Amino acid sequence: MSTEAMDVPKAGFSFDLCRRNEMLTKKGLKSPGYLKTGTTIVGLIFENGVILGADTRATEGPIVADKNCEKIHYMAPNIYCCGAGTAADTEAVTDNISSQLKLHRYHTGRESRVVTALTLLKFHLFRYQGHVSAALVLGGVDVTGPHLHTIYPHGSTDTLPFATMGSGSLAAMAIFESEYREGLTREEGVNLVTKAICSGIFNDLGSGSNVDVCVIEKGKKEYLRNHLTPNPRTYISSKGYTFSKKTEVLLTKITPLKELVDVVQVGGGDAMEE
Amino acid sequence: MNTFLAEELNLQISSTKQLRSTIVNLSHSHRVLSFAEMVSSQNENSLLSSEGDSQRTQYPYVTGTSVIGIKYKDGILMAADMGGSYGSTIRYKSVERLKQVGKHSLIGASGEISDFQEILKYLDELILHDNMWDDGNSLGPKEVHNYLTRVMYNRRNKFDPLWNSLILGGVKNGKKYLGSVSMIGVHFEDDHVATGFGNHLARPILREEWREDLTFEEGVKLLEKCMRNLLYRDRSAVNKLQIAKITEEGLTISQPYSLKTFWNFAAFQNPTVGAEGSW
Repeated sequence: MSTEAMDVPKAGFSFDLCRRNEMLTKKGLKSPGYLKTGTTIVGLIFENGVILGADTRATEGPIVADKNCEKIHYMAPNIYCCGAGTAADTEAVTDNISSQLKLHRYHTGRESRVVTALTLLKFHLFRYQGHVSAALVLGGVDVTGPHLHTIYPHGSTDTLPFATMGSGSLAAMAIFESEYREGLTREEGVNLVTKAICSGIFNDLGSGSNVDVCVIEKGKKEYLRNHLTPNPRTYISSKGYTFSKKTEVLLTKITPLKELVDVVQVGGGDAMEE
Repeated sequence: MNTFLAEELNLQISSTKQLRSTIVNLSHSHRVLSFAEMVSSQNENSLLSSEGDSQRTQYPYVTGTSVIGIKYKDGILMAADMGGSYGSTIRYKSVERLKQVGKHSLIGASGEISDFQEILKYLDELILHDNMWDDGNSLGPKEVHNYLTRVMYNRRNKFDPLWNSLILGGVKNGKKYLGSVSMIGVHFEDDHVATGFGNHLARPILREEWREDLTFEEGVKLLEKCMRNLLYRDRSAVNKLQIAKITEEGLTISQPYSLKTFWNFAAFQNPTVGAEGSW
């Protein structure tokens, strides 16, 4: 592949910066904590294609760092990928492989296939022996049909009719195992995916906020960002935030800022003119 | 210390216990060994002895997996499979993990089976003493639950837990009761409870689909849905389960039976059709 021809990676594992990081830690630099996506991500195959779903909470330990992050990443016009694990890792690895897929599309002149994305991701993750903490649900529709795969941080993959990953995967899998059938319609599929993500949101502490859904069919895709928002802010005061009338206004004074610079027009025209 | 005394006595002694029993046997004829007696008994009860040489339960051996319990219209329904795992092997396939307690209660246990048998002994004694009062009153599920909580919590305080998660359900005077106790004494009462893996796989389903007025058939269907889920996704589950029902009238535990499973998804038939050469 022409992309790799110019920059042939060294054989084996590339841990170039590990020694530097070790040295820095010894010198007293506290390494930054990882922003993880304690997550629920799901995918299922329905009669015409693939539906992916994800929650939108990103956690840093016990704190919710991002209430509405995007976990469904674009890989190709017909392929999307949900990511669980370390947020930076999922972002970086999907962006990287997405670029490689685009170059491959220019090279071959054809629509990308899901197995291509799968193989690129799998080899990348295996090369890093699980240190790239990205657990992915990859789905798409290509010329050979709809496909759904799960990819684990160490590089193993599964091909499944329905899949869940992340800390909320058991809660979502409970819904899938009891209600999934083959040949679901689009509406049934979206409802089932939403139900599974909601199960993760409400039963798992690492998942929360809203539901994102992405429907991929032959020739078209629909990214439904915040398809469902079951956690709105409650208790918003209808009156807004105002000071009570009893607050005394002591003084109203407007001080114009002094101009330190005198703007003078010289030459009467373009300042750039010589 | 052990070896020096053993050499002195010309004996082959391999443990503190053996030494102590030998010393006790000889103490009547050899008064000089009374110092050894004191030292070895000190070792046993010393506050300074670390958990490393503790003789108490450190980890479970033969374990049962999840139990699920729900309240329904007429009483309580509980389901448990009949597997007893020894580490990663499924060693016993006919372990009854649902048992009657007195007139009004039903107990289901997951965790170490021998500790469950011990708990049944304690409960047997409790019910016996209650019957001996012969006062027409009998212990209800709330009282039994409270007793179990105290037993579990006090054992945990002594660093010698009974390695079980228990579910206690029953009906007395028309009032339904369903509660749970863990091995460290965490206890609560709820409309639907589960232990172990059931917490992750069954609870989401129960939260969605449980209603106050479930009929018996609906309740059994709901439990079977959860048990099927556990069968697919819990490695220590076996496909042989019992369902127990307790109402004001009494208790019935069903005969063991299996659930139907479905493995014929198209993707399972030919997994690599979309990814030739993959695994």
